[in-house]
Amino acid sequence: MNINELREHLCSQYPDLCPLFSVEFGDGVLVIDADRLHEAATDLRDLGFDRLGMVTAVDTRDEFELVYRLQSRQMHAGIFVKARVPRDEPTIASVTDLWPAANWQEREVFDMFGIVFTGHPDLRRILLTDDWVGYPLRKDYQDERIIRRPDYI
Amino acid sequence: MTEETIVNIGPSHPSTHGVCRIVVTLDGEVVVKAEPIIGHLHRGIEKMAENRTYLQVVPLTDRLDYVGSMYANWAYCRAVERLAGIRVPERAEYIRVIVCELQRIASHMMGIGSTGADTGAFTAFMYAFAQRDHVVELFEALCGSRLTYNYVRPGGVSMDLPDGWVEQVRSFVAQHPAAMMELDTLLFGNVIARARLKGVGVLPADTAVAWGTSGPTARGSGVNWDLRRDDPYSVYPRFDFEVPLGENGDCYDRARIRLWECVESCKIIDQALDQLEPGPVKAEGLPRLLAPRPGDAYDHIESARGSLGVYLVSDGSPRPYRMKVRSPAFCNLSVLPLLAEGHTLSDLVVIIGSLDPVFGEVDR
Amino acid sequence: MAFVDDLGAALDKTPGGGIILTSLDAVMDWSRGKSLWMMPMGTACCAMELIAASFSRFDFDRHGSIPRPDPRHCDVMVVAGTITRKMAPAVKRLYDQMPDPKWVIAMGNCAVSGGIFYYDTYSVIRGVDEFLPVDVYIAGCPPRPESLQDAILRLREQVSTDSIAPGKSRALKSELPSSGSPRKGERDAAGGDVG
Repeated sequence: MNINELREHLCSQYPDLCPLFSVEFGDGVLVIDADRLHEAATDLRDLGFDRLGMVTAVDTRDEFELVYRLQSRQMHAGIFVKARVPRDEPTIASVTDLWPAANWQEREVFDMFGIVFTGHPDLRRILLTDDWVGYPLRKDYQDERIIRRPDYI
Repeated sequence: MTEETIVNIGPSHPSTHGVCRIVVTLDGEVVVKAEPIIGHLHRGIEKMAENRTYLQVVPLTDRLDYVGSMYANWAYCRAVERLAGIRVPERAEYIRVIVCELQRIASHMMGIGSTGADTGAFTAFMYAFAQRDHVVELFEALCGSRLTYNYVRPGGVSMDLPDGWVEQVRSFVAQHPAAMMELDTLLFGNVIARARLKGVGVLPADTAVAWGTSGPTARGSGVNWDLRRDDPYSVYPRFDFEVPLGENGDCYDRARIRLWECVESCKIIDQALDQLEPGPVKAEGLPRLLAPRPGDAYDHIESARGSLGVYLVSDGSPRPYRMKVRSPAFCNLSVLPLLAEGHTLSDLVVIIGSLDPVFGEVDR
Repeated sequence: MAFVDDLGAALDKTPGGGIILTSLDAVMDWSRGKSLWMMPMGTACCAMELIAASFSRFDFDRHGSIPRPDPRHCDVMVVAGTITRKMAPAVKRLYDQMPDPKWVIAMGNCAVSGGIFYYDTYSVIRGVDEFLPVDVYIAGCPPRPESLQDAILRLREQVSTDSIAPGKSRALKSELPSSGSPRKGERDAAGGDVG
């Protein structure tokens, strides 16, 4: 299966999402509802995306965008799966049961953004100390210890 | 079954290769559970990048993987180039390949050497480090710094090769494979080192894939995946090289394929030097202040530790809206609890060394 | 070294004890200065240069500076690398475990002032001197091994001013005006090793 066949397959599988599925620079992008993320991830894993490369989040100021990057060794292809969760109660299903690689990466996203992954076996802070207040990579993170860099440009 | 003991190793311990704390539950001398606690070098580089211009982020990426700074430079620059649609001149691509393969040698020398130190063969560390010092000197001639190079920039490299540098690289590459053979005999031919490394910390291939490991850690288990060949970037398709693979997935295989990778790197450098043509080393007409279109871009390269990716989000302003570094060492280290289980405490040290983590990159 | 401290204090008070005291000081400082064992508190990039410094090419053993991972063996802590808020308690604890007299070298910009990680970051401590008394600062990102070598030699000068009597110090040879040196306090370029 190459990336075009994959695209056709996904379009037939997720007809409501088809317009959102674009192929940029050879990497597919699949934008999906947060509720359907685990279902789609299971599908993609069964299609041959055996590696979870990256889990991260972007704070768009209105909501959080989760970004998953999957890789397939057979297809020599990568795909992004994006899902949006609300800022006030960010919760999404964990994919640790599909790829154990998500374990530490989801902990990191929890640490930096405060997004709760339901079904994660061990959701704790990973990089910061356990008693840290706030989530640093949120755009509205306040910390009096930060000294802002003066603008030179 | 004796009473379980909990031993705390680190965060400052010579065998953890950096600032990692490991809480080990022991039954006698056998590890029941090992839990790495990371983040002691978490410097918030991803947050800092949000208040720098695209060019000002390049020095920050140097400090990520400080054993192999060129890789983070390159991965970041590729993501910026993809985001801003910059075409890199051919000579610059060749120079990037040459410096990154040299960097692979320098980085692997540290990895193999510390494996030697962990198994008690400190002489091997000295031999390996002598080779590393040669590379570091070449880099110093190239860009004036021994560790943090800031050499690969968006659109090319910061400056052309200095006079006589190509000849110096050629003479280094000519002697390197022989030095590797010597190191092979010295370290992997040693009975003690073999006894300490063989059959220790076995990582099965399917586990290696599922846990997202990459680079020598995955290839030591026989996972045939190298981005240079399987997702070719830059000018790598023009070179003829092999990807060494391990069979058993133990510490011996993980450490030893690093050695063969160095020999393959020498081949790539030789071919790249042959094909190197004069020309510009930086893209023409780049604005001083890059402000790419709104959107996101991801690019990854094969670093000495595995697939190193950079994910950039732009909102159209001259600063990245979000930068995420997909760090191979972070994923590789996450298999440590699986590998350490059932081995003795002294083997835990060897297992950490064989994963070759760099904590600047693990913690970011 | 309570006994030595008591002896120093006693000699200081005794009339005529100063002669013995200065001779004792000379012996103590000479032996201390020539075997400054390092506690390599390498956390980040500078640790690579610290390793390079103690290896065959730069060979620090010839200065009597042997890296020892155990703080209880060490005289000088070389803080090489960024210290984060998570790491700082461990560094402080290791420093407290070192026996007196002890010194600290801050190697690299991160340990001096936070360096490149001064602005915009929430987790880095801006200089190790926020919680440790630093004797020698080395600038550079990272500094070359030669800079560390220079720092050790300067620290040796500083050690040679110490006295075993509490609250006293010996005059430095280089601090005294001499005909050979252009300015007071400047090191004699040809003089080389002091102490």
